[in-house]
Amino acid sequence: MISLNINGREHEVDVDPETPILWVLRDTLGMSGTKFGCGAALCGACTVHLDGEAIRSCSTPVSAVESGKITTIEKTTDGTDRVGAAVHAAWVRHDVAQCGYCQSGQIMSATALLASLSPGAQPTAEEIDSAMAGNICRCGTYARIRAAIADAASTLV
Amino acid sequence: MFPNMDHKELPRALQHIMERGRSTTVQAMPRRSFLKLAGTLGLAVGIFPDLAVAQSSEADAAAASLKPTEQPSAFVHIAPNGEVTVTINRLEFGQGVQTALPMILAEELDADWNLVRSQLGTNDIAYVDPLFGMHLTGGSNTIKNSFTQYRELGARVRAMLLAAAATRWNVEASTLRTEAGAVLASDGRKLGYGELAEAAMALPVPQKIALKDPKYFRIIGQPTRRLDAQAKSSGQQSFGIDFKLPGQLTAVVARPPVFGAKIATLDDSAARAVKGVKAVLRVPLDRGAEGVAVVADGYWQASQGRDALKVEWDTSAVEKVDSERQLAHYREMATRPGPRQFDSDMVPLETAPLKLEAEFVFPYLAHAAMEPLNCTVRLADDRAEIWMGSQSAGPDAAAAAAALGLKTEQVVLNVQMSGGGFGRRFSSTSDTVVEACEIAKAARSAGLNAPIRTLWSREDDMRGGYYRPMHLHHARIGFDKKGKVLAWDHSIVGQSILTGTVFEQFMVKNGIDAATTEGMRAPYPLPMRLTVHHPKDNVPVLWWRSVGSTHTAYVMETLLDDIARATDQDPVAYRMQLFGDQHIRHRDALQLAVDKSGYGKTQLSEGRAWGVAVHESFSSVVAYVVEASVADGQPRPGFTAIWPSTL
Ligand code: FES
Ligand code: FES
Repeated sequence: MISLNINGREHEVDVDPETPILWVLRDTLGMSGTKFGCGAALCGACTVHLDGEAIRSCSTPVSAVESGKITTIEKTTDGTDRVGAAVHAAWVRHDVAQCGYCQSGQIMSATALLASLSPGAQPTAEEIDSAMAGNICRCGTYARIRAAIADAASTLV
Repeated sequence: MFPNMDHKELPRALQHIMERGRSTTVQAMPRRSFLKLAGTLGLAVGIFPDLAVAQSSEADAAAASLKPTEQPSAFVHIAPNGEVTVTINRLEFGQGVQTALPMILAEELDADWNLVRSQLGTNDIAYVDPLFGMHLTGGSNTIKNSFTQYRELGARVRAMLLAAAATRWNVEASTLRTEAGAVLASDGRKLGYGELAEAAMALPVPQKIALKDPKYFRIIGQPTRRLDAQAKSSGQQSFGIDFKLPGQLTAVVARPPVFGAKIATLDDSAARAVKGVKAVLRVPLDRGAEGVAVVADGYWQASQGRDALKVEWDTSAVEKVDSERQLAHYREMATRPGPRQFDSDMVPLETAPLKLEAEFVFPYLAHAAMEPLNCTVRLADDRAEIWMGSQSAGPDAAAAAAALGLKTEQVVLNVQMSGGGFGRRFSSTSDTVVEACEIAKAARSAGLNAPIRTLWSREDDMRGGYYRPMHLHHARIGFDKKGKVLAWDHSIVGQSILTGTVFEQFMVKNGIDAATTEGMRAPYPLPMRLTVHHPKDNVPVLWWRSVGSTHTAYVMETLLDDIARATDQDPVAYRMQLFGDQHIRHRDALQLAVDKSGYGKTQLSEGRAWGVAVHESFSSVVAYVVEASVADGQPRPGFTAIWPSTL
C-alpha cells in the first residue's frame, strides 16, 4: 500500500511503486481531468503540482511523491484556490480551449507560474514563455494561452 | 482533413453501388430504421443510407415523409426546466461545431441561448451529413452542409411549440410569437418552451416551414463563447479516453515492426506474470497483420505487460520500405512520363529567357492528435456498444459489425469528444474500431467478459500507421523578364490516398488522385503541365488536415516567390497582377493581411524579413503575411509576427 496526499485528501493505493502518478490518478482513482498525451515528459498534458511545483505526472513514479502533496486540475479550478480561480476565469473569458485536451496541463503550468510570483507581480513575456515551454497544444492555442495568463495575473493584483 | 469532394458528384458515381443493393423496394423510412436497411442491403448502402432514402422517396412520392435528417426528435430535446439540448451530427474535436450547430438551430428556434446545451450523436441515420448521406466530419463541410438543416430543425420545433401553445390557449397560432425560449400571446400571456415541450414534440412535424430573414438573426453571426469552454478549462470535459464503464479493462497492442507482418514466435509468460494483466491475445490487425494485445486492469499494467512480451516477427511476406531507396525511386519516377492533370500548350522550356528548377520533398506525417487513439467496446451475444471519437460513425459501426459477425443494427457507436483528429479519426479501413473489436472478441472467446478500452500510446500513434503520404515535387519553370510564365513543367510523386477507398471511383480519374493535386496551379493563370505518379509503398496513408494543400500550397507559393525574386518584383504586387480581376477573394484576403501587417510600409530591422502566401482550400481563401527572423539567408523556425486573413 502506498499513501498519497491528493488535493488535500489521503489515499491508500495498492499499486506497483513504479506506477506513474498519472495512471494512479486516472485508472486507480478515476480522476480523469489529468490527461495522457505522450507518457514521456514531452507534451505537458499530464501536468500536476507536487508541493506547488508543476511536474509531469506521466513520468513521476508514485514512490517518489509519497511524502509530498499532489494537486490536480480538479482542485485547482474548483473555486477554492485564488490563483486557480483567476486562471480558470481567464481561460473561459479568452475562450482558450479548442479541442481542450491539452488545457488541464496548460492551466496547471500557468497556475504554478502565477503562484510562484511575489504578490502583485506581473509575469514578463519571457517568464510566461519559459513556464509554458513544456506544454504542447496541437490546436495551436498558444496566443490565447499567453493572453489569458497575463490577464489572470492582472486580476490577481 | 478529407478530400475536397463535391457532393453533387456522389449520387451519379454511386448509381451502380446503389443498384446492386436495391434488391428490396425501400419505402420511405421512419427515423431509426436505417440500421435495418443497412442490414438487408449491405455495407455499400450502409455507408450512404441517405441516398437510398432519397431515391426511394422519389419513387414513392405519396409517402413523402421527412428524411431522418429532418426529424426534430433526433436533434432537439427540451427539458421541463427549459434547457434545450441539441445533438450534433458531427464529431467535435476542436473546430467548434458543438457550439456552431446549436447556434444555428437556436436561432430559428428562438431559444434562450443561456439554456442551450449540446451533445454528440451516434451512428443513427439521422446524423449523416444531409448532402453526402454518410456520417462524416471532414472536408470543412459541417456548417456548409448542415446550415440549412439545423435552421429547418429549429424552425420546425418552433412551429410545433407554437402549435402546442395555440392548443393550450385555444387561439390561432398566427396570433402568437416567440422570444428567447418562450411563446407569447398578444394579451401578454407567456409559456416557457419547457412547459410546452412534451405536448409540442408529440405533434406531427410540419413539412413546410418558413425561415427567418437573416437580418433578424440575433445568435448567428454574433461572437459566441464555446459551450464547452467551462468544462474544458477545469478538467471536467469527458473525452473518449475518459469514458469508463464498471469493470472496464484496458488493452494495448504490440504491433509488428513492418506493416502487415505476422507473429513468428510468441513467449508471453513474463507478460502474463505482470500484476494486473488479465489476458494476452493474438489478434488480427489492419493490413493483414497480426499483433499481440495485452489486456489489464489499467494502461500502466497493460503496457508493462506489453514490454515483457517476447515476440519474433515474420516480416518475410511484406515490403520493407527504406527511406533512402524510396526517395531515389521517387526522384527517378519524377523524370518519367505519366498521366497528366494539366496539359497546357506551352513553349519549349529551353526557349524561355529565364529558367528555374526546384525539388521539394515532404515527409510522411502522423496526425498526432493530442488525445491518443482509443476505443471502448462492450460486447454481448447479440449486440455491441462502442464509444469512440469517430469522424465517420456509420462506416465505423458497419466495419465493427463486420468484424464482430453482428448485423449493423446490433451495433451502437456513441461518438465521443476528441482531443483533435485531423483526419485520423476517419480511416478508410476503420482500423481503430476494427482492432478494438477484434480485441474485445478475442477476450470474450477467452472467457473475459468485460468492457475493454483499447488505447494507443504516443509511440503506437507515430509508428502504427496512417500518414500524410511522402511527396516529391519537381518543377522546371521558364519565364520572361517580366515574370510571365511561359512553361511550367511539374511532377508530383506520392502515394494515392483514395485508391482502394469508397471515394476512389469519383476522386481518382485517369490514374490521378484528386487529393494529391488539389491546390496546384489555381488560381494562377499558368501554362502548366502536371504529371502525377502514384507509387505503391507498404505504408498506410490517409487524408491529413487540408490534404493536398499541405504540400501544394507550400510549393506553389514558394515557386511564385522565386519567380518574383528572379525578376525583381514585389511578391505581393506580383501575385496581385496574376489574380487580375478574376480572383477577388484572393486579392481581398491578401490585401487585408498586407494592411494589417504594415507590409511595404514598415521598415523591418536587420535580420528580419517578410513572407507572404495566399491559398484556397475547401472554399476558404487564406492569406498570410509573416515577419520572420532570418539568419544566414535562411528563415529561423518560428515567426516574429503573423497577420492572417481568411475570406
Ligand atoms: S503525458 Fe506527460 S508529458 Fe505528455
Ligand atoms: S486545445 Fe487542442 S491540443 Fe490544445
